[in-house]
Amino acid sequence: MRIIVCIKQVPASLDVRVDPKTHNLIREGVESVINPFDENAIEAALELKAKHGASVSLLSMGPPQVREALRKGLAMGADDAYLLCDRALAGADTLATSYTLAQAIRKMGSFDLILCGRHAVDADTGQVGPELAERLNLPQITYVSKIEITGNKVRAERLLEESREVVEAPLPALLTVTKELNTPRYPTALGIMKAAKKPLTVWTAADIGATPEKIGLTGSPTRVTDVFEPPGHRRSEVEMLSGKPEEIAAALAERLQAAKIL
Amino acid sequence: MAEAEILVFAEQRDGQLERVALELVGKARALAGGSRPVVAALLGSGVEGLAGDLFAAGADEVLLADHPTLKVYRTQPYADVLFPVLKERQPDIVLFGATSLGRDLAPRLAARLGTGLTADCLDLALDPQGLLVQTKPSYGGNVLVHITIPRHRPQMTTVRPRVFPLPPLDRARQGKLVRLSVNLVEDQIPLKVLEVVPRPQPTVRLEDAAVIVAGGRGMGSKENFKLLEELAQVLGGVVGATRPPVDEGWIGPDRQIGQSGKTVAPRLYIACGLSGVVQHTVGMQKADVVVAINKDPNAPIFDLATYGIVGDVKEIVPALTARFKELKAKGA
Repeated sequence: MRIIVCIKQVPASLDVRVDPKTHNLIREGVESVINPFDENAIEAALELKAKHGASVSLLSMGPPQVREALRKGLAMGADDAYLLCDRALAGADTLATSYTLAQAIRKMGSFDLILCGRHAVDADTGQVGPELAERLNLPQITYVSKIEITGNKVRAERLLEESREVVEAPLPALLTVTKELNTPRYPTALGIMKAAKKPLTVWTAADIGATPEKIGLTGSPTRVTDVFEPPGHRRSEVEMLSGKPEEIAAALAERLQAAKIL
Repeated sequence: MAEAEILVFAEQRDGQLERVALELVGKARALAGGSRPVVAALLGSGVEGLAGDLFAAGADEVLLADHPTLKVYRTQPYADVLFPVLKERQPDIVLFGATSLGRDLAPRLAARLGTGLTADCLDLALDPQGLLVQTKPSYGGNVLVHITIPRHRPQMTTVRPRVFPLPPLDRARQGKLVRLSVNLVEDQIPLKVLEVVPRPQPTVRLEDAAVIVAGGRGMGSKENFKLLEELAQVLGGVVGATRPPVDEGWIGPDRQIGQSGKTVAPRLYIACGLSGVVQHTVGMQKADVVVAINKDPNAPIFDLATYGIVGDVKEIVPALTARFKELKAKGA
């Protein structure tokens, strides 16, 4: 069995500010990590590997520093890693990203399972997984909290708003996973040493045979036209109530009664 | 393009329309004005009866796909029914609720159509050229972005439930019901749903509660959350929370309000020991009356409160509970 895990490198802190003049994000000095849900996906792949025997390949797209994220995944126990790194890929939205990943996966060869995190915590779209499944014509199972493989089928539990749903699909399939699925392991010292020797392949857009019109900003139908900090949700004027707790309670009750809320 | 229709995916589960379906039909109607058609796509099994509400909310046309294979949502059959419809009708805009279903289905269709999709929008507007300006949160709600889809059609978006009001239902409004032919065969659908188990829900859903008593990190402990339960109970309300109490395990994740939780709009919101970070307030800013209790007089929650109380929640909350109990006993 071969499992491909798609991962994204995201800022360690989401506490970003917006430059009021340029409207660009101020991200200097912010450390990068593997998107938390993608770590759950790596962990799931490694658990399936331990149980059924499998090779686990990591795939990511981004600038050269994404190597660090891939090295960490290799240190956790993945077997090899692929980085799609090319200036032409920059500015990709989810449609262009899913195209690019699909091109790479076709080049990576056969697979049984693709795992992604349910969404990346920075852009928070959750769209790349389903879009990738569509491009590869695979069944998709989103919001997965349990995975079982039997023979040529995957049985998964999905966590929805008001229910848990158990579904079954033939392999190959694409799953997006939640944090309820598992607790990702930390790389061991031995794992980190081994990771340095594991293959990490870097491909350009040309390497994966990508059509220039379909990648990066050019291949992205969506445009970010403004970035801003949310306005405080200020109301007209707050009325402060003070005194002893009983007095405050009486004053509030009176006002809520007048407003017909009580 | 200006006359092209706005299409709403009318999500239903177990034969009940999701509230967001009506919210989006109402918003589509507002965006469309009087001249552009608003169309709702309704998929399911035995769901024809739901069309009336969609017309009443503002739909001019309801496209109905009624078939046993569509009873419980699955990505592929839903996408297979909707794709040719979108291809043929070429709507200008397609709206989905940003529910687990909408966020599973919309990207599948966007990729098949080769168009743009924006996730989890908090607002929609048209610019002077008629282009849809979509407001979406990023970085956990620390940042908002405006996104447009200038050249590709349709412009697709998933919209968070509860950001638009439920439109008034005009029962006299009529519309056209169009039955879609469905050529699905169960044997050819690879994914099977084996089991659906309801998750335990609070007796009153947060989203539907008229009164919410919400606690933050300042509550200090699981024990102190009981004070909120008591206050909520006497008011016939429900307890909610910000993220820290959920992370601490003081309360279940289904009670979280805000960016990564639920969006609520109760008549009364009592904010206890929560500072009012934007990630939280984005989920409760539409409450009618907000009472804020915090020991820090500079807490941002006071900026959006109707009534502010500077003090210790452990003293104020029981005093409120006692006073409201008294009034209740008097039959107020």
